[in-house]
Formats: sequence, C-alpha cells, structure tokens
Amino acid sequence: MAVMTYLEAISAGLREAMRRDERVFLIGEDIGVFGGAFKVTKGFIDEFGPQRVVDAPLAETAIVGSAIGAAVMGMRPVVEMQFADFVTDAFTQVVNMAAKFHYRNDWCVPVVIRMPYGGGLRAGPYHSSCMEAWFVHTPGLKVVTPATPEDAKGLLLAGIRDDNPVMYFEHKHLYRHVRGEVPDGYYETPIGEAAVRRQGSHLSLFTYGWMVHLALQAAHRAAGEGIEVEVVDLRSLAPMDKEAIAASVARTGKALVVHEATKTGGVGGEIAAFIAEECFESLDGPVVRVASVDTPVPHSPVLEDAFLPGVESIAAAIRKLAAY
Amino acid sequence: MATETTDAARLGLGRADLHGLLYHMKLQRALEDRIIKLYYQGKIPGACYTGWGHEAIAVGAASALGDRDLVAPMHRDLGAFLVRGVEPREYFAQFMDRADSPTRGRDGNMHFGKMSKGILPFISHMAASLPVACGMAMACVMRGEARVVLSFFGDGASSTGPAHEAMNFAGALDLPVVFVLENNQFAYSTPVQRQTRVRNLADRAAGYGFPGEITDGSDVLAVYGAAKAAVERARRGEGPTLIECRMMRMRGHSEADDMSYLPPGWKEHAQAQDPIDCFVRYLRERDLLSEAEASQMDARIEAEVDEAQAGAEASPHPDPEEAARDVYCPGDGETRWLRRSDSARAERVDAGGTGEEEGIRWR
Ligand SMILES: Cc1ncc(C[n+]2csc(CCOP(=O)(O)OP(=O)(O)O)c2C)c(N)n1
Repeated sequence: MAVMTYLEAISAGLREAMRRDERVFLIGEDIGVFGGAFKVTKGFIDEFGPQRVVDAPLAETAIVGSAIGAAVMGMRPVVEMQFADFVTDAFTQVVNMAAKFHYRNDWCVPVVIRMPYGGGLRAGPYHSSCMEAWFVHTPGLKVVTPATPEDAKGLLLAGIRDDNPVMYFEHKHLYRHVRGEVPDGYYETPIGEAAVRRQGSHLSLFTYGWMVHLALQAAHRAAGEGIEVEVVDLRSLAPMDKEAIAASVARTGKALVVHEATKTGGVGGEIAAFIAEECFESLDGPVVRVASVDTPVPHSPVLEDAFLPGVESIAAAIRKLAAY
Repeated sequence: MATETTDAARLGLGRADLHGLLYHMKLQRALEDRIIKLYYQGKIPGACYTGWGHEAIAVGAASALGDRDLVAPMHRDLGAFLVRGVEPREYFAQFMDRADSPTRGRDGNMHFGKMSKGILPFISHMAASLPVACGMAMACVMRGEARVVLSFFGDGASSTGPAHEAMNFAGALDLPVVFVLENNQFAYSTPVQRQTRVRNLADRAAGYGFPGEITDGSDVLAVYGAAKAAVERARRGEGPTLIECRMMRMRGHSEADDMSYLPPGWKEHAQAQDPIDCFVRYLRERDLLSEAEASQMDARIEAEVDEAQAGAEASPHPDPEEAARDVYCPGDGETRWLRRSDSARAERVDAGGTGEEEGIRWR
C-alpha cells in the first residue's frame, strides 16, 4: 500500500499494465517527450520508448481509429484524449467502429480511451464537460468513472484487460485533490460493481466521480441532523450495478441521484427509470435528481459554481427527500 | 492497354496469373449480376451496392499482396474478398442476412470482413476504415512484422476528415499503408469536380509527404503494377503511397438510384471502358486466352454462382433470440485477433521474405 494522488494512481496503473504486458501501448497528443498535458505519462517514454508511448499528430479520429486497428491486431492500446471534450472529433470511431464491431463481426476491440473530464477547474465550455451519457447510450461500450485513487488504478487495469472498448473517465478535479491508499502491484477493480461508501438507513444516494466526494460531505452534514444517508459510488456506468442499486433502495426506500453532468438526458434519468420500474414496491418517496444546470459549462467561477451541484444543494435535496 | 508499363511479362505475370486475375474479376461481376437479380426479386433486404466497373481495382490491387498482408476494403471491392479466399456462398448469405453469414444477419451487404483472411469489416461511414488501417499497420510495425495494409476509399470519401487525418497520420508515422482511391467520378450524384477544387486527387499525397500517382482504374494490369510497386515500397519501410485509380462507375450508386444526374453518353462511355472486356481483349490479342479457356472459365463461374446461391438460400434466417446477444466480447478475445503467427520471422517468410530481413522500420 502507498498513499498517492488520483493522478499518480492512474500513472501507476499504466506503468503496471505496460510492464506486465508488452501488447499494451499508449497513444495520444504530447504524451511522450512532454509527458502529457496533465503529466500522467511523465517519464514513460524513457522507460518504454517511443513505440510504446506514441506521440501522435493532432488528429483524434486518426488516434482512436488507429488504436482500434491495433486492437483488432491483438494489441492493447490505451488512448489519451488530451481533454475528454475532444472525443467529439473521434465520435464515429468510438460509437460506430469500436462499439459495433463485436455485435456485427465477432471482432473484439480491446481499447481503453482515457477521458480527462469534468469541471471545477474554471476551464469553460470546451475543457469541462461530462459526456459519459453519450457513451452509456451506446451499446458495445463499457464506461467507468473512478472516484478514488484505488479505483482509478484498479478500474484502469480491469479496463486494459477487458476485451471490449472501455471509456475510462478520469476526473481532472480529482487528479491532485484526492489522495488515498493504493494497493501495490497488479489488482483489478471489477467493472460493473458499485461500492457502498457510507452506510445509512434513511436514504440512498447514488453517484459517481467527483460527486462521490461532495455527496460524502453532504451525508456527513446530514448525519449531524439525524439523517443517515447511504452513499453508493457506482464506479461503472456501463454495465451498471443494478443489483446494488435495488438492494440499497430496498434498505432505505428513498433514492437520490447526484451527478455532475447536466440533468436532461443524463445517466440519472436512467437510474431513476430503473428504480421506478424495478423497485417501485420499495419506494417511499419520489426519485430525486441533483445535477448540473442544462447549459454548456460556463467559464466564470461565479457562473460555474452556480452551474455545478455543490455540498449545499446536495444536502438540501437530502433534507427534503428525507422529510418526504 | 498495351503500353509498356502494363505489359504482363514486365510485371512477372504468367498465363496462370493472368487467368487468375480475369477469373476473380469475372467472378465478382457474375456474383454481383446475380445479386442484382435477387434484389429485384425482393430477396435482398435493404440496399444493393455493387462494384460494376471497379473490378480491376479490387482484384488488381488485392492481387499485389502477400497472404499475411491486410486489406481494409470499401463497398465496391468484392473482388478483393474473392482474391483473398472469401467464399461466394458467404457473400450471398451476407446479402440475404442469413444466420450463417459473416455477420449472422447483424449487418448486411458489403459491410463485412473476415479475420482469417485479413479483411477488415467495412462500416457505412465513408473513409472511417482508413484510420483503422493505419492502426493495423502500426501494430505490425510495433511487432516487427513485415506486413502491408491496403486501404480502399472513394472520391467522395477523399473529402472527409478521416481520410485526411489517416493519410497525414500514416505519413507522419511512416506506416506501411497503401491508399487506393477508387475515383469513379461520382459520389452518389456528386461529380468529383464538385467534391474538390483539386483536379488530380493523387496530388493530395504531396500534402502528406508521400508519393501519389494516377493510374487507369479500368486496367487491371496497371492497377496491379502500381499496387505492387507501392506495396514493395511500404514493405521496405519507405512509407505510404496514394494510388488514384480513375475509372467510370457502370451502374447507379445503388440499385435504387435513377442515375438522372449522369451526363448524356456516360453509360455508353463507361461500357466501352468495361475493365473485364478490356482485359479479355488484351489477353485475346496476345494469345494469352484461348476461346476454349474463356468458355471454360465462364462455365465454371456460372456453376459456382449457382451453387453458392443455392447454398445461401438453403441456410436459415437468424433466430430472433440472436438479436439481443453478443453486444460485448465475452472475454475470449485471445482467439480473435488478426494474429501474428508465433514469430515475427515466420511472418516475414509468409510475406515472401527469407525471414532474415528486419520488420518494417519506424522512424
Ligand atoms: C460519412 C458518410 N456520409 C454520407 C454517407 C452516405 N453515402 C454513402 S455512399 C456515398 C457516396 C460515396 O462516394 P465515393 O466515396 O466516391 O464512393 P462510391 O460510392 O462512388 O464508390 C454517400 C454520400 C456515408 N456512407 N458516409
């Protein structure tokens, strides 16, 4: 065990995978000599050389497409999007090439696309988005959203070993803000398994990514007011651990979903619909969502704070739902 | 036709090789002719695309490859599939959406590939396979395998972002990819003059830093010769080539196309350039194909087409339960890559080398 940041845990996972398996290579913009925009791959080129840490031209379609091509050849590419927002330039490759290959042809595409995403960095509409729902809505892709350093490494290793395309959402705000214990060596966090981060009997709160941390703070505050919140970190959005969701709702009878992505068409709607369909008998109140406002991510700190869910708004939703 | 560069002997092609080229071109034509009939009989769900007029490109270019090389075809390249050993029965089953077709009814028409033959499945999105072809080549380079990837696309597709990105990427990384541009002068109804202000699409290659050349896409020997030279260059580690093959589409974009946009005289002109007629004439004039050999070939093809059609028609439609399956790879991916054989050396022998040479270098 070592204590490290979320970012260091990602680096550790990549290094572990590359040392274990010579088929694993990295491709992206500025990742080699420069070490990546966020320095996740700092020093990698010295250890692994330029053929395994490929500095690519500025061309997301070519980067993702070539990773797919290498994957069908039996390699295990890990792509770095410099910012998740730029994945739109590679959309055809992700949703029409990688995602549909197994269903159509029986060809497996073991590619991981690292998606540095999310807000809170005052980076505005093109460097802050949470676009996980696009990919959750695409059959054939797996989508993971680690919230802790331990899961950041474990889900990355699980994703690299998986024979399917995996969208790995790494939250930029967590990179250097979160530290935690990370097991040494090789281990996997299973894709598709949620983790209960805090137990509680009054209400279930389902969330992922950065919001796990805000939800825990809000839950702590609520506990001071006598409300015990069960915080479930979904960790994977596709496949999603629906059993864990149903089990938690069965325990508490109330469900609150919190995500940083904008509300309409977000993953929260899917979770709410699942609970309505499958857990109706357990429910003792409406399923409630707390999410960002339906706008692009604004640049001004004042506006971004108004846009994002915060501990305050989550705590208010907890209070209201608990009282229902 | 009978220019020096297209001379069969200069290309090292003997009588049997020439007959092989003709056979595959004719087989493509005969299969597609039959598919059109089946389409009009209502036996083909969805759209019906053929490669009439493209046979010299599909067959000529694919014939320039070694067994271990790879192909990323487009929707008019049935001949390339046939050259690499895809069975006519699989083609019919695919167009009929049968359970035992390459995509088992999950996808139709030319949207299929075959792993054991090194053929990447085509997707609808024009030029989307070019970046993937680059990655296939990149994997070979990383593993020291001397394999080359042939990547086909149309004049319309040449305008897309993915085409530019992929060619630039292949140039930047010195990848062993040969880009074969099938310029049939139209993208659906849009003439190539409307596609771009560039008059020679091959000129684009200069912008990516590698050679581009124009060749007669109706002349199978011209295509073969150009492809062969480009494949050899790529195998020597000298990077990509763009080959613009000029020809004329002989049918509509698909069978649903009224072709109202074609200029007067187009069809007659295209007919006069029929790559199969041209090649037969070439062979006959040089006594490289006897009348008996020609009719034997035709009879063999007809029998193969009949048999393949009957086989496909006898095969079942998919079980509706199949619709919800197989979205994800169950984790047995190991068995399903375009694998290298056990050693890179064996690859190089397979690719026609001695095994002693290095894999392709990467700058
Ligand atoms: C990205 C994309 N846009 C539009 C289409 C619809 N479409 C299918 S084929 C075609 C024309 C393709 O022309 P070209 O690349 O010249 O190939 P050709 O069909 O002429 O052989 C179009 C517009 C498509 N398949 N993909």
